[in-house]
Order: sequence, then structure tokens, then C-alpha cells
Amino acid sequence: MLQGPGENAGAVDIGDGWALVFKIESHNHPSFIEPFQGAATGVGGILRDIFTMGARPIALLDSLRFGDPDDPKTQHLINGVVSGISWYGNCFGCPTVGGEIAFDPSYARNPLVNVMCVGLARRDRIFRARAEGVDNPVFYVGNKTGRDGIHGASMASATFDEEVEERRPTVQVGDPFTEKRLLEACLEAMQTGAIVGIQDMGAAGLACCTSEMPARSGTGMDVELSRVPQRETGMTPYEILLSESQERMLLVAARGQEHEVRRIFAKWELDVVEIGHVTAEPELVVRMHGEVVARVPVDALAEAPVYEKPTEPPAALAALHRFEPLSLPEPASYEGALLSVLGSPTIASKEWAFRQYDHQVGINTLVLPGSDAAVLRIKGTGRAVAVKTDGNGRQVYLDPRRGGAMALCEAARNVTCAGARPLAATDCLNFGSPERPEILWQFAESVDGIASACRALDIPVVGGNVSFYNETSGQAILPTVVVGVAGLLEDAELRTTQWFKAAGHRIALLGPQAVSLGGSEYLWCLHRRLAGTLAPLDLELERRVQAGCRAAIEAGLVASAHDCAEGGIAVALAESSVTGPAPIGAQVSLPMAARADVTLFGEGPSRIVLTVPSEHERRFEVLMAGSAVPWMWIGTVGGERFGLRVGGQPLVNLSLAQIAHAWRNGFERYMA
Amino acid sequence: MSGLFRESESQEDFHYVLGEVLQQPVKYVWHRDRNLAEFDCIVLPGGFSYGDYLRAGAIAGRSPVVEALPEFISRGGFVLGSCNGFQILCEAGLLPGALMRNECLQYRCQSTYLVVENTETPFTRGMRPGQVLKMPISHGEGKQSQIVLRYCTEDGRVTKAGNPNGSLENIAGIVNDEGTVLGLMPHPERAAEAVMGGTDGLIIFHSLLGSLVEDGSFLKR
Repeated sequence: MLQGPGENAGAVDIGDGWALVFKIESHNHPSFIEPFQGAATGVGGILRDIFTMGARPIALLDSLRFGDPDDPKTQHLINGVVSGISWYGNCFGCPTVGGEIAFDPSYARNPLVNVMCVGLARRDRIFRARAEGVDNPVFYVGNKTGRDGIHGASMASATFDEEVEERRPTVQVGDPFTEKRLLEACLEAMQTGAIVGIQDMGAAGLACCTSEMPARSGTGMDVELSRVPQRETGMTPYEILLSESQERMLLVAARGQEHEVRRIFAKWELDVVEIGHVTAEPELVVRMHGEVVARVPVDALAEAPVYEKPTEPPAALAALHRFEPLSLPEPASYEGALLSVLGSPTIASKEWAFRQYDHQVGINTLVLPGSDAAVLRIKGTGRAVAVKTDGNGRQVYLDPRRGGAMALCEAARNVTCAGARPLAATDCLNFGSPERPEILWQFAESVDGIASACRALDIPVVGGNVSFYNETSGQAILPTVVVGVAGLLEDAELRTTQWFKAAGHRIALLGPQAVSLGGSEYLWCLHRRLAGTLAPLDLELERRVQAGCRAAIEAGLVASAHDCAEGGIAVALAESSVTGPAPIGAQVSLPMAARADVTLFGEGPSRIVLTVPSEHERRFEVLMAGSAVPWMWIGTVGGERFGLRVGGQPLVNLSLAQIAHAWRNGFERYMA
Repeated sequence: MSGLFRESESQEDFHYVLGEVLQQPVKYVWHRDRNLAEFDCIVLPGGFSYGDYLRAGAIAGRSPVVEALPEFISRGGFVLGSCNGFQILCEAGLLPGALMRNECLQYRCQSTYLVVENTETPFTRGMRPGQVLKMPISHGEGKQSQIVLRYCTEDGRVTKAGNPNGSLENIAGIVNDEGTVLGLMPHPERAAEAVMGGTDGLIIFHSLLGSLVEDGSFLKR
């Protein structure tokens, strides 16, 4: 780990002198008020966090949550958010390579837009948001300051009511072409050695930068607001300090090298103005036409107060845990049940969204959206990185501690399935109002859960974002932990995808048998119930399963690897059949659990479906025997049919066309 | 020497393919440059020039470097415009026609198949008439005369099913009357390495390089 939390983004070493810089952030409230610009500026903000570190952004991932897609208001939000992401990311020139979209009624009036960006920097050229060196000049660069976005940060920290329309002016407006020029100018200026520290003017704009940068360095800052480039007249000092106009940076340059900074930003036709200097006294002095309008100790602004507030489990939780899924009848038809779950909007294909994103610009994307994790090559090294975001609000709702841990495990497992070793994580924690004890309890429990999984899997969290007050008219969203994990493939040729490759390959299931219908997609999809208990999570077993999967991939024995997640093993197998370039059938036989629906649709952690070419079967068996990973052969790839048996009973026998139709249309039918 | 118009985000991808994959001399051209004397070929890559806030390519089509292109072309220079570069060439009047919003009114990033109609140009001389090429597209305004490439199905049929953006008569690429300016919507630089899923885009670059050497004008390297 090269950079942990506290800077614009985190960074890890990936060898050959390269560092991977990444972070996830939310832009939830703006995206509900104005979905297109809200989502677009969410992308813009996280891109700036990455390139202020000296990294060139190479990938974006979006983790989105919406209400039921049959609601026209939700369709409008989905359209706006997806086209906003598409517009800003495509125009800036960073590929959008992955992410997820999930649906639950609790997000209907408070959608979630979490964006992760990954960048590449030379490891010895990582820049930080510091204001070092007394008397060093402070430069304002980028777009001009307007009245947009004033109080954006405080809007994001309030709950919504019925007057949400009135808040539209607090949403910023994006300009991706200026962002592109700002990227090129910043990276060029960083090459010259003239830049001491740099920070994006994000939430709370200039006020935030001018206090956080000196606070990190034990210095102060003296700035003159009348010099700030403005696109409106008559702005007050208050408005200039709190504007959240986009595509702006504050940088501290080395005294004597101001000309280099001016030359480069002027070449890119961006404003570049010296607005002040670094001072020894740890104090922020703000002037307007020479007159001091504010004088504040920097720590008073930059250091957050620590709250000790009451926490308490939600009263309804005990009753939810007592619910017994087996009290519900078995489905009349397992084929019908499988098609329903595959066609649920959360599980179905998201091609409608990702075909609107440029996922190839940069020509690094080796595994495009549609597999467990996206894989990008690092040009000139033979290595590649795998990236994935994951998060299941239902699991965190039923058990925040275990659900939080499961989110980290699942994101890491997806990266493992691509053949990569997970290196580090970033998390975005989306919750309701922390002023309510049960919400704060969910938050505290899930943070402990994530932390325990990080320790067990040896994956540090290098940064992230917390978004509270995600509720409208007192109705909170499901507590949604979104975890992004980045991993490294030492050999890009070992990258593995989730779909079946050829007839005759044997199918293996790695991991425990224990699964649960509690909180499952099946329970929601067929019975509209969110209740029950989660399957057990054994973190040591999780670690072994992932290590075993990677060992098999690295030994060249694996043709495909797919995480068993929402929808259980039946969905994982069906996805492996139909999501690849050439759909191919399979015949699978599974042992009976408490009931066949538990076997097929029960969800649980630490499970991976692998396929192994027949010539490698013996070597695979030997490798697994030495790995202390529970596993078994469950079937064979091939043919035109998709067949599942449970306890010897044939329960599913569908054509590939039926499977593909359900999966392809489940979400897209709402958007066409 | 190839000159690469530095206006949009695919610039680095072309730079990588020309410089690293094909090991050819290549240099960025700044948008204010008017002197193109050192170049054999100017490449206008895809992307969003000046953000495309007006119409795709509308502002770039009036930039100083693009204003210098007619003279460059009249001296026998070749121009390759891909995606947004094609849109710029149309906006500048260097190729006929205009590109309209995709029929679906959404941005599309996907793989397409192209059938070769004209092999008599410096950009397509290494192809066979009727040859089917696979290249990705990524654009929101691509509906489009000298037709060189048409969208088709995997087996080479020019049908509605093979047309990703609703372009007139499945047009994917055209040249000027002299055949020295090619505009195409697909991204050849994204189909230039096996690891990226195919190398059909390389045929355009190889054809172009072959044309430059044969004409004896490849002396500026």
C-alpha cells in the first residue's frame, strides 16, 4: 500500500514502477434531483480525485440502485443517470468497464449513484493534497467560479422531503471537455517538478481546499478572493468560498517556478491565477480586496468532531430473523422459478446500460463488461488489473455485520474469478439518517464486518466515502455497502471469464454447501419477502476457496470461473451457459439440501463454479486435494439444453433460447 | 511521419498503435498548428472534440489545424478520420454528407462487421472486395460519395440487422473523389492487436503505409 485513507484517493504498488490509484464516491442526492447532471458530475468528481494524485484514469465502474423499474419515474431516473455517466465518461475519454445495477422499492425516492475510478501513476510520482513550504504560491486553476452547487454538500447531508424540486439549483453542471484539458494540464505540470501539492475543489469548494491542504501539512494559507476567476458578477466572499462549480483545482507550486505552471495551464486555455500563499501560522486568512473577511484556525475547519451517539438494533429485526422460508410452498415449476429469477431486473443482463458506455477507449480492456470482473492490461508490462464493485443491501439489512463482510468477500471473489489476486479495496457506505439509533447501529455493525473480512483476506481499504441521510419522508434505503476491489494478474494471459467454453469440460463447485433463502433474490422475486437469516460466513474458508481458485487458474487448469451470488447456483450456472459469445448447454446434478429450492436458489458466500477441460481433470483433483477446500464435480458442459437435477430428480430442462430470452429481457423490457 | 490531431481522447490509442504496435514515426499536432509540411498523413482520431457541445465535430471542423487540411490534401497528403474524426471531416466539407443522431437516439459501444466495397483507395488496397472486417464502434451520432465500407452481418450481408446506427444504405466509411481522405465511423485502432479481440483494423494502417512507400513520398520520416 502506497497511500491509505485521508488523501484524494488510495494507491497500491502493482510492480514495474506503477501504482494503481483508486477510490469510490457517491453522488446520490444530486442524481435524484437532476439525474443527468447529478450522475455526470459524480463521474467528474471522482475522475479529478484520481488525477490530482498524478494518475491517468483508466477505468470507471458504476454501482447504481433504483426503485422498481416498472415505475415511470424510476425509468426516467435510470435513463438520466445512465446517459449522464455515458456523456461525461465517454466525452472525457475514460472507459466505463463495469459496475452493477440493483433494484429495491426503498431506492425509489433515493436512488444510489456510486462511482469508482481507477488510475495509473508512476509509483514515485504520486501527488498529495499538501500545502508545504511557507511562502509557496497558491494557484487556482480550471473552470471559473459561479453560483452553482452552493450548499451542495449540505444538501447531500439532509433528508429529502416533498420539496425536492426546489433543490435543483444546488446540483452542479458538468463540462467534461474542460475536465479533459484540466487532466492533461495537471499531468503535464506535474512532470515539471513545479507542483508541491494539489487538491480537487469538490464538496464545499474553495473553503474545503484552503483549510484541508494546510491542515495536512501543519501550515496556513492566506488567499485573496477577488482574484478568483468568476463567471458571474457580484459574488459575495461566502458564495466564492462555498461554490461547487466543477472542474477546478487548487494547487501549491514551488516558489520560483510559477512561470512553468502559468505556461502549461495557459497552453491548455485554462484559467491559472495566483490567489495567495502558504503561511507558517496554522490559520486560514481570507481577504476580499485586501480586507480580511475570515480568519479561522485550519484545524477548526478540517477536523471533524467525533460524535458518540446511541445505537440500537432495529426493533423489527428479530421478527424478520424468525421467518422460516420453508414455510412457503415449493414452486409449482422449477423451470418457471428459474426463468423468473433470471429475468428479475437485478439479475438480468444490463447490456442496455453498458452498451451506452464507451468501454474500450484506451485500448486496455481485455475483459469487457458482462463477466465477474473487468480486466485491463497495463501496457508494456504483461500484467493486468481486475476490478469489480459489489454490494447487496438486503444482506446488510438482515445482518449488517455479516452482510458488510460478505460484500467485501464477494467483490474480492469476483476479482479472484478473473484470475487476479485482490490487492486493496475502497468502500462506499450508503445509509439513512445516523441520527436514528437503528441506522447508526447498522452502520457501526457493517463497518466492523467489513474490517473483519479485510483482516481475514489481507485486503486493506485504501479510501472511500460515507453517504448518510439517504431517506425521503422518513423512509430509509436498505443499508447499502458497496465495495470496490482491485486485483493484479501477474500474467494477463491467465485472465479468466465466467462463461462456459467448450463441450466436455467438467463443472466443479468450490466452497461450502451451506446456503440460505433468507434475503435471497428468489424469496423477493417469487414471494416479495425480505426476511430470514443469512448463510454462515467462515472467513478462513473464504480465504482458502479464493486461494484454491487462483491456484487452479495460475496452474492453467481452469476454462471458466464464476461467483455464485444473487439467485444461487442455478443462476450462476445459467449465466455461465448464456452470457458468453457462444451459448452452450450443461447437465448438472446437485445434492438435495433442506428442499430443492434451497439447493438451487439459496445464497451463501465462498462458492465458485469452475470448469475444467477433461485433460486437466486429474491435475485439478490433485491440486484441490492439497488445498483444504471443500469441492465436488457437479456436471458437464455441452449440448443445446440446460438441465438441472437435485437429489437425482430432474427439475429443470430448458433450451438455451429460453434461458437467454429471460436473462436478456428481464431489465431491458422496461427501458425499450 | 504521421501527424495525430490532438483533440480528443482516442488520440493516445492511435499513438500507441502507430508508434508501438506498428513502430512508425508519429507526432501529435496541436490544434493551433497550421504547418503540416513534415507529415505524410494526418490522423483525426475519435472522441469528443471540444466536448462536442454543439454538434459532433462542428467546432473542431473550424479549428486552425483543420483549416490547413485542404492545402495538405492538395499536395497529395493522406487524411484518415475515424469516428469523431470522420464527423470533423464532414463538418469541414472535406467529405460529403453529414452524420446524424443514431436511429436509437442513444450512444452505442459495440462490435460491428464491415464489408469492403472499394479496394482502389490507399486505405483499402490490402483488402479483398467483399471481405468482411470486424471492428468496434462507439458513438452517438453516426448516420451518413464514395462508399468504401458498409455495415453488414457476420456473414457479409448488408441488411438492417447488420446496421448498428441506422445509417443510410449501411454506410460506415467513405472517401473523397481522389481517394486520399478516408472517413469511417468504426475504430480501427481498437482492432489492431489480437489481445484486444482482432486485427482487422490493422489492414487499414498496413494499406496506408504501403501506399506511402510506393509513392516515394515516405521520405519525411
